[in-house]
Amino acid sequence: LRKNVEDFTGPRERSDLGFVTFDITADILNGKNGLQTFIFDWNVKQLFLYLSAEYSTKNNALNQVILWDKIMLRGENPRLFLKDMKSKYFFFDDGNGLKGNRNVTLTLSWNVVPNAGILPLITGSGHVSVPFPDTYETTKSY
Amino acid sequence: LLFFSGSMEPAFHRGDLLFLTNRIEDPIRVGEIVVFRIEGREIPIVHRVLKIHEKQNGDIKFLTKGDNNAVDDRGLYKRGQHWLEKKDVVGRARGFVPYIGIVTILMNDYPKFKYAVLFLLGLFVLVHRE
Repeated sequence: LRKNVEDFTGPRERSDLGFVTFDITADILNGKNGLQTFIFDWNVKQLFLYLSAEYSTKNNALNQVILWDKIMLRGENPRLFLKDMKSKYFFFDDGNGLKGNRNVTLTLSWNVVPNAGILPLITGSGHVSVPFPDTYETTKSY
Repeated sequence: LLFFSGSMEPAFHRGDLLFLTNRIEDPIRVGEIVVFRIEGREIPIVHRVLKIHEKQNGDIKFLTKGDNNAVDDRGLYKRGQHWLEKKDVVGRARGFVPYIGIVTILMNDYPKFKYAVLFLLGLFVLVHRE
């Protein structure tokens, strides 16, 4: 589903607005040294999880947009089983590059926040391609 | 760099000390925590990158948001400014130490405390020289 509407939080030009509904099933593990261990070790305070869309357009060689994020604290179960989620943030393109774009990739990543120390960004294995249709949706169904 | 506000909680709190790098070649990508300054304002802001649009030649414009804020930072930018650029970035957050910064805050607010800390540090150095 995609609508062409005026971006009311940004510059006053018509930009593509994408609507994505998604499911996430994930097991967050620590993959250091090739072994898979429990992510919340003694020095992990929280995880900042985010689902990002990455794609290329005529206007911009690289676009990345965070669609959804979640803070997971130590003590929570590091698994995600989410269905029919709508994006938290508006998926506006910088132009009209979503229309007919077949190569929009969704990836789940996380920022490990330690009690003290380094703040690494980890990208999960597994990503999904979301092809956008060639036409705009004119009915208000979102 | 010290944290003064709660906009990145629960990851970071007032008094946490952040370690930064500022390598210009480091690409700006979503999810990263950047330190940036808004033109005309002194105090830098430490927030997460929410969106990026980068051209073939490396020109990039990006949007930020504090983890603990409901909305993105557009309301904080200069009037008419919708995006941040590479030139606004002061550093990238690579690591941190909690609550140590509170010592610096106290030293600023209470000079006597600063002298006490310096005195203790001096003692520490002398004793270890043995």
